Amino acid sequence: MANLVSNFVGIRSPNPFWLASAPPTDKEYNVVRAFRAGWGGVVWKTLGEDPPVVNVSSRYGAFSYNGTRVAGFNNIELITDRPLDINLQEIKSVKRQFPDRAVVVSLMVPCEEESWKRILAQVEDTGADGIELNFGCPHGMSERGMGSAVGQVPEYVEMVTRWCKQHSRMPVIVKLTPNITNILGPARAAKRGGADAVSLINTIQSIMSVDLDVMAPTPVVDGKGTHGGYCGPAVKPIAMRMVADIARDPECQGMAISGIGGISNWRDAAEFISLGASTVQVCTAAMHHGFRIVEEMADGLSNWMDGKGFGDVKAFTGMAIPNYVHWEDLNLNYKIVAKIDQDTCIKCGLCHIACEDTSHQSIAALRIDGGRRYEVIEEECVGCNLCMHVCPVEDCITMERLDDGSSYMTWKEHSNNPMRREAAE
Amino acid sequence: MTSVMDVPADIAPGRLSPREYEVNFDDATPPLNRKQALIEAARCYFCYDAPCMEACPTGIDIPSFIRKIATDNVKGAAVTILEENIMGGTCARVCPTEILCEQACVRTAQEHKPVTIGALQRYATDWLFDREIQPFTRAEPTGRKVAVVGAGPAGLSCAHALALHGHDVTVFEMQPKAGGLNEYGIAAYKMTNDFAQREVDFILSAGGITVEYGKALGRDITLAQLRADYDAVFLGIGHNAVNALRIAGEDLAGVSNAVDFIAALRQAPDKSALPVGRKIVVIGGGNTAIDVATQSKRLGAEDVTIVYRRGPESMSATGAEQEWAQTNGVRIKYWAQPRTLVGSGGSLREVEFEYTVLDEAGRLAGTGEVFRVPADMVFKAIGQSFVPSAVGEEGFAEILEFQPDGRFAVNEDRQTSLANVFAGGDCIGGIDLTVSAVQDGKVAARAIHRLLTGS
Repeated sequence: MANLVSNFVGIRSPNPFWLASAPPTDKEYNVVRAFRAGWGGVVWKTLGEDPPVVNVSSRYGAFSYNGTRVAGFNNIELITDRPLDINLQEIKSVKRQFPDRAVVVSLMVPCEEESWKRILAQVEDTGADGIELNFGCPHGMSERGMGSAVGQVPEYVEMVTRWCKQHSRMPVIVKLTPNITNILGPARAAKRGGADAVSLINTIQSIMSVDLDVMAPTPVVDGKGTHGGYCGPAVKPIAMRMVADIARDPECQGMAISGIGGISNWRDAAEFISLGASTVQVCTAAMHHGFRIVEEMADGLSNWMDGKGFGDVKAFTGMAIPNYVHWEDLNLNYKIVAKIDQDTCIKCGLCHIACEDTSHQSIAALRIDGGRRYEVIEEECVGCNLCMHVCPVEDCITMERLDDGSSYMTWKEHSNNPMRREAAE
Repeated sequence: MTSVMDVPADIAPGRLSPREYEVNFDDATPPLNRKQALIEAARCYFCYDAPCMEACPTGIDIPSFIRKIATDNVKGAAVTILEENIMGGTCARVCPTEILCEQACVRTAQEHKPVTIGALQRYATDWLFDREIQPFTRAEPTGRKVAVVGAGPAGLSCAHALALHGHDVTVFEMQPKAGGLNEYGIAAYKMTNDFAQREVDFILSAGGITVEYGKALGRDITLAQLRADYDAVFLGIGHNAVNALRIAGEDLAGVSNAVDFIAALRQAPDKSALPVGRKIVVIGGGNTAIDVATQSKRLGAEDVTIVYRRGPESMSATGAEQEWAQTNGVRIKYWAQPRTLVGSGGSLREVEFEYTVLDEAGRLAGTGEVFRVPADMVFKAIGQSFVPSAVGEEGFAEILEFQPDGRFAVNEDRQTSLANVFAGGDCIGGIDLTVSAVQDGKVAARAIHRLLTGS
């Protein structure tokens, strides 16, 4: 049995699955239920200064695709709307009940040293394992100069991180906003400020949909809407790219990563971990299906690790990072072509029409004795994978390697590249 | 010992409670709601060169209409269907989709679970009908006149297409209602809420069509006169004869044609008033046999047996239809042919059958071994035909050309041997379905339009 125990910058948890700072971690009742269900840790929903914020009614929007509910999700909820001392009491109570679980507290106060200093002391008193700085909230709080308004300015990230390290013994995790041009700016700033770790991504600014009767963005609040924070399975690719960029950045080495963004099952978690995250945080999947999903995540990850021979999570953390390269490092001599398994083909013709209309006209639509037959024209196929992706039958279209595998030739050496580096004499 | 022959025939109405009649003749396949339709529509792959489309006799653009359902453009979906098949509503209810579009669906190949195209088609067409939307606009009148004989699926399809082109169409119908077998020949639980008439009203509401009821060819009108009075004639007159068993006892009380019973049942406002036997035997293997057997059972008959002279795979009723009858408690007995209808006091009491086999040459043969099935009623469902001489018009059988089985000979435009006379539906043969009749009418209308406009 693979060992799932996690030690994330000194924060221990029985598995790497944490609930992200969000509605599911807003109060003791929920967090106790989560821990009973098997979650390794939680990041408590963001605390702020009293008086608490006020939330609106009508808070979530969802993107359903082809009958799949909640493929994407967004919210316009702010940080906790409960008084600070109630949250602090509950955090203390939970930590006492579950000493083996990770309890990290998310924080967001105005960009003033005194504000941070004050709340850090209060959190430390609860016995919490660490803090996460919410520099990511993309709506509402950012209009008040907090959340992503801080996260978008590397100097502020560095400054607040430094305050937190100065005024607290707790490990500091900086939660990054994806609503920026280059994730490395704030990530490196967090590193310079002394952060132990970064967590990412926070939600992406979004308009979920437009109610065409009301003519307002959803979720609609009395006839009006605002942009919200996008999350759920649809954002996973965006999140993974940002995680991987930080994981491979020389300046960010030594800083741990907690991966967030559409993680719904063990496979998603394994992918984030292979890209350098050492814990993962989940919210939307739990909000969709309840806390019990963690059982499958832990079981699935453990079984997969056993199959691969990974004894613990550390054994494959960041393992895919050496293979995450820049485009110019890809082999231009690698050549694959599509191959259609005629025995499993169901004759839907989607491969043909996709290639014919939008790609390289390399799948012929034939009629043989009245029957449909789709055949790859190998000379025309550029190996783009489009047909494989549109084919509804798994493994019916596969991409077969055709090149001789002889030389690895990148753009840097290619003769079409006017800036190419000549091989050394 | 008392023989079955000593017990009088038990044929009576009112065998069930009012509630049972209501349930038994309600919609056998309830419609999809929006949620169900969206989930089912999402299963469609939107195939290129879709096999389902090719399998539909009317060539409905099935992937397109399903995609429109998936995007909540239900009106668009309905129009896509009705543009190719004006009786898309009936076809959604009665088509044997398991041997047409749904058999061809690539999901059948993939997982033996096709997209339920028929149910989706019903969802879309019901949506339009429920809102009484008329999506078609008639072209400016051309002044050309066409006579259509028979207001069944073929005739109405032809009339509708011609009327939209601006031609004036007069439809002659011998029955008091239009719709043909949609109205008189399909099991009641497939066509609830007077759907056949609602569809007729929809077709006629596009304008340009006048229906003259109670007018039969050869009795009230003649082809010769129609040819003289109109620019073109379309004959959609269906069958005019029911095949007989040609065995002893066919005249006994209790022996009747299945089609007559089905028609009477459809027209009866109160099903409890319909007399039905306690023991029923149905002879035949088509959808008519299934419909009469299942409906007899649903009227309260105790034992209903369909006897067919060959095996299940030879039946023209599909596997799904046979299963439907069986789950309704109908027994299907294969490999037996009727020998004698045995009566007592002028009433049917038993049917004697002989077992059948295929001989060495593959021909059907009796084994000589017989058995008897008690019966208060026998329904004959061994097929219908078109007999030209049964059309009462002088010289009718001489002015046209016919196929060897008596049906009209037509070319691919459904044009008969007379240049301005076209025909379609059961009177030209084919696959004996509403959908193919609609296609005949549509194809003929295109040809007639070309003939009238020279285009």
